[in-house]
Amino acid sequence: MKFEIDEKKLHDAVVELIRRASTQLPADVISAMEKGRDSEEPGSPAQSVLKLMLENAQMAREDETPICQDTGTNIYYVTVPVGVSLRKVEKVIVEATKTATEKAYLRPNMVDSISGKNTGDNSGVMSPFIHFEEWDEPQINMQLALKGGGSENVSAQYKLPDNKLKAGRNFDGVYKCVIDAVNKAQGLGCAPGIIGLGIGGDRAIGMLIAKKQIFRNIDDTNPDSEMAKLEEKLYKDLNKLGIGPMGFGGNTTVLGVKVGAAHRLPASFFVSIAYMCWADRHATLNYSTEEVSYD
Amino acid sequence: MISLKLPVSEEEVRKLKVGDEVSLNGIMVLGRDNAHAWMYEEKPNEIRNLLKGTVIYHCGPVVKKVDDEWIFVAAGPTTSIREEPYQGDVLKEYDLRAVIGKGGMGDKTLAALKEHGAVYLHAIGGTAALLAKAVVKVHDVLKLEEFGIPEAMWVIEVKDFPTVVTMDSHGQSLHQVIKGKSNIVADKLISG
Repeated sequence: MKFEIDEKKLHDAVVELIRRASTQLPADVISAMEKGRDSEEPGSPAQSVLKLMLENAQMAREDETPICQDTGTNIYYVTVPVGVSLRKVEKVIVEATKTATEKAYLRPNMVDSISGKNTGDNSGVMSPFIHFEEWDEPQINMQLALKGGGSENVSAQYKLPDNKLKAGRNFDGVYKCVIDAVNKAQGLGCAPGIIGLGIGGDRAIGMLIAKKQIFRNIDDTNPDSEMAKLEEKLYKDLNKLGIGPMGFGGNTTVLGVKVGAAHRLPASFFVSIAYMCWADRHATLNYSTEEVSYD
Repeated sequence: MISLKLPVSEEEVRKLKVGDEVSLNGIMVLGRDNAHAWMYEEKPNEIRNLLKGTVIYHCGPVVKKVDDEWIFVAAGPTTSIREEPYQGDVLKEYDLRAVIGKGGMGDKTLAALKEHGAVYLHAIGGTAALLAKAVVKVHDVLKLEEFGIPEAMWVIEVKDFPTVVTMDSHGQSLHQVIKGKSNIVADKLISG
């Protein structure tokens, strides 16, 4: 069957994808936060902060307004059928981004790095950021994450070995980098965070892998048993740091840790840590000739 | 919950301590990176009356214009530490009594809070829908064209705007305490 793009239909579908990402916190994130809230001491600042966050998420969903005013870098991972024009899809995404900005689902964020001028509609060089892949299915799968500046500013990249941390070129070294990065972040990335970890690659690929982890379900288990063990150990130990929601102290410092890996050069061992805030806004669109659906 | 009416006196602010929950009522001004650089470097006179005794809020809102009137759609705090190089001087220069933001600030600001008589009020990051509801009216906006929507200085009236004191005028900082404790745990985990 030939796959056709109806530009108007795809445009409207992408605007709806942005609306969902910006205003609806995913169910797995909400239940992880509820679990955190119930684990905190009754009446503690940590518990009241988590309560307010949950109340805010519900209000945003009902009022169809952004959960957080920093609607962030818009990161797309798009998988398309063979033969689809990537330029066409990109053009639709850029136009839908402008529409969503007009509708106040997105804040006009993008600033020209040379002149300092805000473009006013979120368009710009490499904005929104779109990563394309191809598959054999007769549909487009489009994942979108909105990642705010606070969480991006505390994201980090290490190069092993690291003398200061006494971290070697091994899994234990990777572990130490993550403990260090989350401790340094304190409440600044809007804890409790979701930690996307990319092991290996070059600097760009490592961070790409790390950011891709943000789309995973918090409750899933890594199919690689080594990485699954690391996720579990980091989740347990990071929550011993006592940083808590917004850095007010408490048991809930991270909601989840997700690990991915890419091959690397013998000379390079990068550890890339993408810190995602509790407002872990992401959504998925499935677009085929017959049907548009979201999850 | 302590309710404060803005503008507020030094005496009232000096009474506040880390951990106090404070709800704000009255007029406050938004300012973040561009605004702080502007105040620090050019010391503009036209905003002195506006800022005297009130609060500067680190926030870049999502706004909407309906029938020629600005509406705040989403308005949570941004990370305050970016203003650390400017904040202490800006506080004193413009006689501000509080800063609202998230994540806390450093030693220079803590010292200025003590010297000048001001507090750091923490709003909950990401709770933008909830905080926008506390904004009852947008009175004015300065530097909109030049700075853009997120960076402009919005003059807003708030009702029951919820915050917590995390740095006070007595040299106390919740952020320092939490960091001190977590550093010890992190060192142990890292040294295995």
